[in-house]
Amino acid sequence: MLTLQCPYCGVKADETELAPGYEAHLKRFGAGSSDEDFESYMFARKNPKGVHFERWRHAYGCGKWFLAARCTATLEVFGTYPAQMTEPPADLIAKIRQKRPDWPGYNEKGV
Amino acid sequence: MKRYSVFAIAREALRYHMGWERAWASPEPKERYDVVIVGAGGHGLATAYYLGKNFGITNVAVIEKGWLGGGNTGRNTTIIRSNYLQDPSAAIYEKARSLYEDLSQDLNYNVMFSPRGVIMLAQTQSEVRGYVRTAHANALQGVETRFIDAQKVKDLCPIMNIDGPRYPVLGGLYQPRGGTARHDAVAWGYARACSAMGMDIIQQCEVKGVRSEGGRVVGVETTKGYIGTKKLGLVVAGHSAQLAGMAGFRLPIEAVALQALVSEPIKPCMDVVVMANTVHGYMSQSDKGEMVIGGGTDGFNNYTQRGSFHHIEETLRALVETFPMISRLKMLRQWGGIVDMTGDRSPLISKTPLGNCFVNCGWGTGGFKAIPGSGWAMAELMAKGEPGPLAEAFSIDRFIEGRFIDESVAAGGAH
Repeated sequence: MLTLQCPYCGVKADETELAPGYEAHLKRFGAGSSDEDFESYMFARKNPKGVHFERWRHAYGCGKWFLAARCTATLEVFGTYPAQMTEPPADLIAKIRQKRPDWPGYNEKGV
Repeated sequence: MKRYSVFAIAREALRYHMGWERAWASPEPKERYDVVIVGAGGHGLATAYYLGKNFGITNVAVIEKGWLGGGNTGRNTTIIRSNYLQDPSAAIYEKARSLYEDLSQDLNYNVMFSPRGVIMLAQTQSEVRGYVRTAHANALQGVETRFIDAQKVKDLCPIMNIDGPRYPVLGGLYQPRGGTARHDAVAWGYARACSAMGMDIIQQCEVKGVRSEGGRVVGVETTKGYIGTKKLGLVVAGHSAQLAGMAGFRLPIEAVALQALVSEPIKPCMDVVVMANTVHGYMSQSDKGEMVIGGGTDGFNNYTQRGSFHHIEETLRALVETFPMISRLKMLRQWGGIVDMTGDRSPLISKTPLGNCFVNCGWGTGGFKAIPGSGWAMAELMAKGEPGPLAEAFSIDRFIEGRFIDESVAAGGAH
């Protein structure tokens, strides 16, 4: 069972206490953007077999959205951080690199 | 290939069953093929079969990372139905269902298609209205379904409690010619028929890269070496995004885990398939007597083929409410599969940015029922290079153009 630590209230929350929200750091495209950008924002999603950054909500706790780095192939959780950050924090990236030397790194446009 | 028949059984009975041959060959890959299909699950094998049967293309290899039918083809709950709201969905699923009707004769392999009837329960007023609408839509689409009242549901499935405290059964959408089939046999039957046509089914052969030149695929790098091809079909469900990544394009797909479980075998007590979308669970009884149970997907990306326990708990809680007699039944085993979900919960049977590379994926939680129709449509797309009437609506372009086939709204959950 997944356990994620909420970065706001510090609670080590069980999966049943959380609501998943899929890919993190989506860049919003609205009126006036190109069809490709809008389609990409709406439907194209990263789907890596490995390190993934995603949104979660501490639904049955403090109720706040936060972000998490997790491995989709092993379900290992690398860490969580506040939803206000526009990209993953440097110390978390360093920690993931240490554990996954083959990881190509965080890429906004990646697969 | 020696045909299976009553005479074959009699002949073999007289010689200690020593004359049965292997159902399919396990060749080493050739240097090149006209068509390479990645993924020897139901959809991949059906694509190969209809390429041979409908278009005479038999220089085909079907390559598979694991073992034949070991992915979602061997992990689903075997339900077959075509009671969809949207026209393109109803067309392809009904094509599949009608092909299932005589698939055993066509393949000379018993797939144990059992059109025992499928009921989708209406447990809220909005579901009643939705299913009445679907029944009308199905009448126009030529799919035989009807809306039945609660008493008729009870008559068809006496073990059901229709007066549940939370969600009493108000009626149901009934498809009398829906049912189940033996999932492994579907893969095995197609594999045997493909092998008999001279196609190569290569197991334990993982694709490591896609080689392309000037916007066209020339071959695939595999763990058994390089295999050249004139056309490439990616038919791999959960790992579609990985293969698309190797080929250099993105798919609007996310991979999540879906679980199913079976109980200990009990005496026959239920001869229809029942789906309850409001409480999110579905159940049927296998020929061995096990109650086959499925529920909802997890809500996060996952490639581990195992899911969250609390989803099983939710599913069983809902089903115990609907079928009180299963409350003390022991569950025998539980498993998960990785399903590929698109934004509108409808599949992709499509051309790709690479001219001679085609994808068939995104079947999400409901791929098994579509296997023959999906293979039929994909074979037409691969043979002609352009989609036929069945596949047309399922192109990747629909996400740019806004032509969604929105079954997520129509089904309100599992489909």
